[in-house]
Amino acid sequence: MDSKKKKELELWAARIRKTALQTIQTAGSGHIGGSFSICDILSVLYFDKMNVDPDNQNKADRDRMVLSKGHCSPAMYATLALKGFFPVEHLATFRTLESDLSGHVEIHVPGVDMSAGSLGQGLSTALGMAMYAKANKVGNRVFCIMGDGEIQEGQVWEAAMCAGFYKTDNLIAFVDNNNLQLDGSLEEVMSPYPIGDKFKAFGWNVIEIDGHDVEQIADAVELASVVTGKPTVIVAHTVKGKGVSLFEDNVDFHGGQPKPEQWPECFAELDARLAELEG
Amino acid sequence: MGENISTRVAYGRALAEFGADENIYVFDADLKKCTMTLYFSEKYPERFYNIGIAEANMVDVAAGFATCGATALVHTFAIFAAGRVYDQVRNNVCYPGLNVKVVGSHAGLTVGEDGATHQSLEDISLMRTIPGMTVIVPCDANETRLATKAMLDFQGPCYFRTGRPAVECVTDTIEDYSFEIGKGVQLKDGKDVTIIACGLMVQEALKAHKILEDEGISARVIDMHTIKPIDREIILKAAEETGAIVTAEEHNVIGGLGAAVAEVLVQNESVPTEFVGVQDTFGHSASPATLLKHYGLTPENIAAKAKKAISRK
Repeated sequence: MDSKKKKELELWAARIRKTALQTIQTAGSGHIGGSFSICDILSVLYFDKMNVDPDNQNKADRDRMVLSKGHCSPAMYATLALKGFFPVEHLATFRTLESDLSGHVEIHVPGVDMSAGSLGQGLSTALGMAMYAKANKVGNRVFCIMGDGEIQEGQVWEAAMCAGFYKTDNLIAFVDNNNLQLDGSLEEVMSPYPIGDKFKAFGWNVIEIDGHDVEQIADAVELASVVTGKPTVIVAHTVKGKGVSLFEDNVDFHGGQPKPEQWPECFAELDARLAELEG
Repeated sequence: MGENISTRVAYGRALAEFGADENIYVFDADLKKCTMTLYFSEKYPERFYNIGIAEANMVDVAAGFATCGATALVHTFAIFAAGRVYDQVRNNVCYPGLNVKVVGSHAGLTVGEDGATHQSLEDISLMRTIPGMTVIVPCDANETRLATKAMLDFQGPCYFRTGRPAVECVTDTIEDYSFEIGKGVQLKDGKDVTIIACGLMVQEALKAHKILEDEGISARVIDMHTIKPIDREIILKAAEETGAIVTAEEHNVIGGLGAAVAEVLVQNESVPTEFVGVQDTFGHSASPATLLKHYGLTPENIAAKAKKAISRK
């Protein structure tokens, strides 16, 4: 990846973070930690790798995305708005009665391919889309982003077994391995480690990356796209709350909010990063 | 048509008969020889997926297919279809409003000797309460065939309940019989009381009609094959013209057909109403006939409840 492209994708990630945080601040609630850990992945997917078109949102051969960790809707909605699926101003209605932008991602929102929220199910719905695409020779890819705590759900492994069995090589799943869940670290609550080995045992191609390095994310997607006969899981090592010191690796910001006096310093850090990339 | 076979076999045959549309995809969880998707799988193997014993994954894979425009049908025992994967059906089928059909076989007590863990007595209630869900409970081979066709033509989530034992075909001899989702069918006219039944209790209701007739009581019999949306019109007409209602279902008396009928009655025209069904308890291992008798799902009990309802007028 050339340095220009790299900088561009880092810039989109920084914009997603700021837009997501503005969305959460306006709403007065929303999941910060898990949103911030996937912003670099969303940047690479929506601003480089995925075949999606805001001007032709329902085209049949589009790549699809299931955000299985549906509570990270602020990052998803910010990405879709910045990409042009709906106006950025619409994000101000997040989590209100009048809005389609509910707390968890919803299929009714432009650009969202499937609702999610009840954890452990997105890999199955993404698998269904991938199997449909293969059956109908659509030729598209289906992406899924799961949380690392989420893979404690048994259904994830039903889907892993099924995807391996049906050799759905157009399915590319991310595990956002930030090592924190609501009640604490994964090791404290219920360790799913080793993650890659488990998927490998079910017949998956496994790639481990730094989930905040846009170059590594892009390379992993390229590698996954040429693998045949196997689905791919990209275990992305991430930091929950990445991008704002207060949030980083801090379990209080799974669903918690900054105190009123803390907001300015959070935005100042995001603005500094934007200025650095734009400069 | 007209055969005395189980509704699951009739369903399996109908699915194969009407399954030519290339947009139809069928999923099973290692029960194709029981749910009878076997016939479809042999005729259209390229559109059949065995997901293995993983019902949760099956429902969500089907939901994924449906987001791409497919008509996706999932199959397992009713006990698992409505209970084990309730969350998947609620959140990933009904909430997004996807065209997924959930077909639960071996419903009710008549699984028989397999016992209580496999006897689904709450599925109608569970499925009925989800917004956007249509609930169909056919009574015999003829009706099942037509209901299957109607379900395939219908866009949206649907729960379809079939049974294990062979049942007498009763709707094929009804003049002008046609199947329409949400429209109950009057099988017998009567003026003293109305029996509203679904599934294999329709046949028992017809026997009760005969018992009552022999005692000089005129009982109307309604085959209520669609529990949701319930046919309000036929219920209110029956209440007005016969003044007493008895419901009969192979299901808990809480939340099922009886409750659906009562909800219509109490808000419009309250008449004495009695419920025949399993009285808020679990089933047991025994032959289907023994169980139906033990739990009071008999023509004699329907007739007794009919007389009780009449006495309360």
